[in-house]
Amino acid sequence: MVEFQIPVLNDVPAEFDTKFTPGAMAHLKPFLAKADHNVPLGFPGELVDDWQKKAIDRMGDLVKRYRSLAVYLDSCVKCGSCADKCHYFLGTGDPKNMPVARQDLFRSVYRRYFTPTGRVFGSLVGARDLTKEVLDEWYSYFHQCSQCRRCSVFCPYGIDTAEISMAARDVMDHIGVGMKYCNEIIAKVHKIGNNLGLPKPALADTLEGLEEDVQDGTGHPVRFPLDVKGADILLVTPSADFFAEPHVDGLIGYAKVFHQAGVSWTMSSYASEAGNFGMFIGSYEQMYKVSNRIRKAALDLGVKRIVFGECGHAWRVAYSFLNTLAGPWDFLDPAYPVPQHIIEFTYDLIKRGGIKVDAEANQGMVLTVHDSCNVARASRMGTMPGGQFILPREVIKACVPKFVDMHPDTIGDKTFCCGGGGGLLTDDLMELRIKGAMPRMEALAQVIRDEGVTHMAAMCAICKSQFTKVLPYYGMKMEMIVSVHGLVSNAIQLGTNKI
Amino acid sequence: MAFVAVVYTILFYVAAATFVAGLVYKVVRYTRTPAPLPIPTMPAPLTKTGAAVRVAREVVIFESLFRSDKWLWLFAVMFHLGLVLVIVRHLRYFVSSHLGLVWTLIALAQPFGKYAAFALMAGLAALLARRFMLVRIRYITGPSDILLLLLLLAIGASGASMTFVSHTDIVGVKAFFLGLMMFSWQPLPADGPLLVHLFLVAMLLIVFPFSKLLHVAGVFFSPTRNQPDTAREKRHIAAWALPLDEQRSK
Repeated sequence: MVEFQIPVLNDVPAEFDTKFTPGAMAHLKPFLAKADHNVPLGFPGELVDDWQKKAIDRMGDLVKRYRSLAVYLDSCVKCGSCADKCHYFLGTGDPKNMPVARQDLFRSVYRRYFTPTGRVFGSLVGARDLTKEVLDEWYSYFHQCSQCRRCSVFCPYGIDTAEISMAARDVMDHIGVGMKYCNEIIAKVHKIGNNLGLPKPALADTLEGLEEDVQDGTGHPVRFPLDVKGADILLVTPSADFFAEPHVDGLIGYAKVFHQAGVSWTMSSYASEAGNFGMFIGSYEQMYKVSNRIRKAALDLGVKRIVFGECGHAWRVAYSFLNTLAGPWDFLDPAYPVPQHIIEFTYDLIKRGGIKVDAEANQGMVLTVHDSCNVARASRMGTMPGGQFILPREVIKACVPKFVDMHPDTIGDKTFCCGGGGGLLTDDLMELRIKGAMPRMEALAQVIRDEGVTHMAAMCAICKSQFTKVLPYYGMKMEMIVSVHGLVSNAIQLGTNKI
Repeated sequence: MAFVAVVYTILFYVAAATFVAGLVYKVVRYTRTPAPLPIPTMPAPLTKTGAAVRVAREVVIFESLFRSDKWLWLFAVMFHLGLVLVIVRHLRYFVSSHLGLVWTLIALAQPFGKYAAFALMAGLAALLARRFMLVRIRYITGPSDILLLLLLLAIGASGASMTFVSHTDIVGVKAFFLGLMMFSWQPLPADGPLLVHLFLVAMLLIVFPFSKLLHVAGVFFSPTRNQPDTAREKRHIAAWALPLDEQRSK
């Protein structure tokens, strides 16, 4: 059971009166990764002897590797524009959760070892030695950032705290101070192919079960193909879609859409994971390795297109990084973007009349949508800027009788993180997850109260898991959370208009 | 030439050299450091021109700051716009010809530039006050943040005092700076306010490349703002990441 206070929700969202409480979250940190989790990733098993020197060296490497880091470590003027924009600060009141202060945990060390002013004037410019205390502080507070980039939107220089928290995690991994949740999962992907560690036979069995369920429920032979060579489309989806609720309803939705569109598709047991936790730990190499499983699967299966299922950070890596990490995609059909999002695919079919959806199937539901941080601020859907806001809404609106948006300061590129992103979706950080969800919960509570909203659609596996877990703490039902394609799954008219 | 003029001549060469060399060093560093992954804050423009316009909006109208905090935006605009006008007005000390477009601009800026000093100082005073009055901002404020604001305020006050309280020999000032530029050194009027003003300006130039004032360069190099949204069309491989691709194909 939790031993902390659940935040009280304000009536008006986005009017934050967070109580300023230094040290409020200093006690919280995720479980440390053991050697079993670190070594398969090529990181030292535990804190190395000369960790201070190694950490400083790695920091220097990263500043030379990433322009973002080089520019952002120099440019902050401490204006505080970002201070009240972070959901973790708003939910916890801990000043070190203000993006500027979080960055400064790293920047102060950078100043001390890499700038003349920091070397000479030290405390005058806020430079600090990298001591064990500072390292502990890093471990605590860089695992209280979900890399959602909301602060970056409001920074006059676009400084992105995600870049800095990724760098800090990478430095820590390189001295043996890794985070268990992320590193254990990445090791599973390298070994088995997905975050859940689900081997091929179990996966095949699960998909077979789904086929039977859908056949029984609808009378239509909707397939869930695995490792089918020569299929046109490779679907890469977060492994949570195979099991978790409401994720699996989304997977059923994708399958029905493919079935009704009459396309040949497959999933891959080798690349059975859309998620890429390599991003969370700021490791280009890990992200590269995980991404290239998808390339290999696409080559081995001889597919023509790649479509991604609903997952926020996965879509960031897919949309923004996949071409760089695992491209070029010259062996795929050039008529389609690589990769495509399943919402792009479904949106296009609905617009062209390729599938029919009936909003009556979701009768009684009043929907709102949670723009996932990584979809909103780090990727796109469709052909025009901002398509990532339009397409999901159009798909949802086509499938439900009524749709309402939440407070304008909490949607679009101002959306709040669910509170569980960035590799923090672990029980050891539950206090942070509950408190960090506060801004989203406030906006949701308002539309429930004022607009009669019954459900909130999500398009990210992490958001879905996080919300189903934290909603009850705020007196809301976990069943409120639905997958965008769960709605499609209900509304799609099977067998009516084969093209 | 008087001792004071010699000291200030040396001081301004050192200050100008530090400022230029420091800034060039940083800009070269930023340019040479790869940006291995596209990270524009979305929604982002689809073209390079669009991205340049986005950066221009940040530089000229502080667009993101406006979305964030209207008061802070106002104070920032008062200071920065005031500073621009004041700097344009000061160009008359560095341009010998009284003809041409630059001089027209300088002439136009005179009446505004004169009072812009007050906008500049009011903006700075408000920015300083925030650092003490708002609990969040006080928390993130360090000694250097205060010192830089005080330095700028002192530059503004000493400068304005020469316009509004006791004038200095501006013809002499102009001769001094033109002399510096032509390497034909001239005496400097030995007025208290002028010497204070110029000393502080030299200090500002010297600390510039070593301080958070680097945001002036940084804003142009921020990948979240200056990158177009072309991730699906174009690979953004950095040189250091290339070996990974080579290992892959084997």
